[in-house]
Amino acid sequence: MLLALDTSAGTSAAVVRDGRVLARAEEAGTRSHAEVVGVLIADALAGADVSPRDLDGVAVGMGPGPFTGLRVGIAAARAVAGALGIPVLPVVSPDALALGRAEPTLVVTDARRRESAWTLYDTPDAEGLPVRRAGPAHAPSDAVEEAAAALASGIRFTRLDASLIPADALGLLAERLLALGRPLGPAEPLYLRAPDASPPGAPKRVSA
Amino acid sequence: MLGIETSCDETGVGIVRGRDLLANVIASSMEEQARFGGVVPEVAARAHLEALQPTLAAALAEAGVGLADLDALAVTSGPGLAGALMVGIGAAKGLAQATGLPLYGVNHLVGHVGADLLRTETDADRGELELPTIALLVSGGHTSLLLVRDLLDDVELLGETIDDAAGEAFDKVARLLGLPYPGGPEIDRAAASGDPGAIRFPRGLTAPKDRDRHRYDFSFSGLKTAVARWVEAARDRGEEVAVPDVAASFREAVVDVLTAKALDACREHGIPRLLLGGGVVANRRLRELAETRAADAGVALRIPPLALCTDNGAMIAAIGAQLVDAGRPPSDPRFGADSTLPVTRVQA
Repeated sequence: MLLALDTSAGTSAAVVRDGRVLARAEEAGTRSHAEVVGVLIADALAGADVSPRDLDGVAVGMGPGPFTGLRVGIAAARAVAGALGIPVLPVVSPDALALGRAEPTLVVTDARRRESAWTLYDTPDAEGLPVRRAGPAHAPSDAVEEAAAALASGIRFTRLDASLIPADALGLLAERLLALGRPLGPAEPLYLRAPDASPPGAPKRVSA
Repeated sequence: MLGIETSCDETGVGIVRGRDLLANVIASSMEEQARFGGVVPEVAARAHLEALQPTLAAALAEAGVGLADLDALAVTSGPGLAGALMVGIGAAKGLAQATGLPLYGVNHLVGHVGADLLRTETDADRGELELPTIALLVSGGHTSLLLVRDLLDDVELLGETIDDAAGEAFDKVARLLGLPYPGGPEIDRAAASGDPGAIRFPRGLTAPKDRDRHRYDFSFSGLKTAVARWVEAARDRGEEVAVPDVAASFREAVVDVLTAKALDACREHGIPRLLLGGGVVANRRLRELAETRAADAGVALRIPPLALCTDNGAMIAAIGAQLVDAGRPPSDPRFGADSTLPVTRVQA
């Protein structure tokens, strides 16, 4: 049984077991992750009527997404897993949205600063799992499809804009990846952007 | 009680039993910040996420306890850098859900005062923190003067910096003088052979006209500019800048204002006690001048051990333990990061 958590867009928590969703709790707000993360974990566990000790792992979305919120979910997931002595199962967040879609799909989420995060998926593989063709990457919000099309090799895709990554799908995907022995997502967040700072030059002159 | 602190560039996890310090582990992103010449919030937040679980594990190991031995958790909810605070809050809330332990959101500045409650093996004879006290908290992010009548219920902000924090001024002036980051220790070192009276740099907000509105406020931006002008003028004249004299005179201007205002507050409020806290307390000259002036004024000076003056999780745990002892309920589970949390709110 897994707890799943994603804060790469809104905040979503879920409990899944053997391909079934036992509970899901979420809030769409994109600036309240720190406020709601604990409550939503509690709601998901209560909804599934399970205790944290029943968990076998914690699946967590590694982004991409606005950094500040993204980190809240990862910090919480690592803390839950660390406290229970169970593994963290990192997942590329948009993979959760591509799961179960039969046609090529472009998943788009907000990345702030007039940019969007996008990932382009092919048709699923033989196991029905998402296949990333390009991305995740950032592009100006008004040019996302052009950015994706440039790497799409002519395939036609459906665009899917999301303001929440559903943790239940994320958890189900983590279960499948584990069961099939497939690689999980990256251990560190998909920031896709360096910190906005540069080493200082010479001090500026203050006298006339 | 386990406390987590991530308000600036230090990831701190501390464990206390009542007022006994069991562990105080700190991971700093200072080396990463050094190339930027100051704290970059996003760099700090990324470093917190990487450091948190290892720091937590190290604190439990240092204290020789397991999570099952804990009674409650505390985490800094503000003031501080919002993105940095949220990493600690996310982790604390995850930990609380996994363990079922109650969670207290704690004020970082009051935490600096709470640090003085903690007893370590080496300072068993330091005596007790007596209240009311004036508290001067000086770091890279804060310069605040508090009147603490009751740690949990009556903390008043007398004044604070209206521009740069004192530690920030040290960093900026160090850069001006071609000294590395962080500036505090570098200025201290350079100043050792300098004459603190060589240059009379301005003392911000100490003019008679500032007495009404800014009696206990600080300003270091003008001082920083004055140092820059002085250095530029010297270079324009083709002179070599006497770095030790500039460093010593600058440092003297900072610690003069800090200690003068702190002792003015002690006098005005009739409180013969002064507590220092914050990372800038590491500055030798600040401690020295505070000791001299406090002694002259008949004020008892308290300075917690340095490892408890810089940002740390133990001080947050100390306040958490006080809240539990006082029978306070845990914080609303929906508390968040408040980058400007006022000192009047000890608990989130």
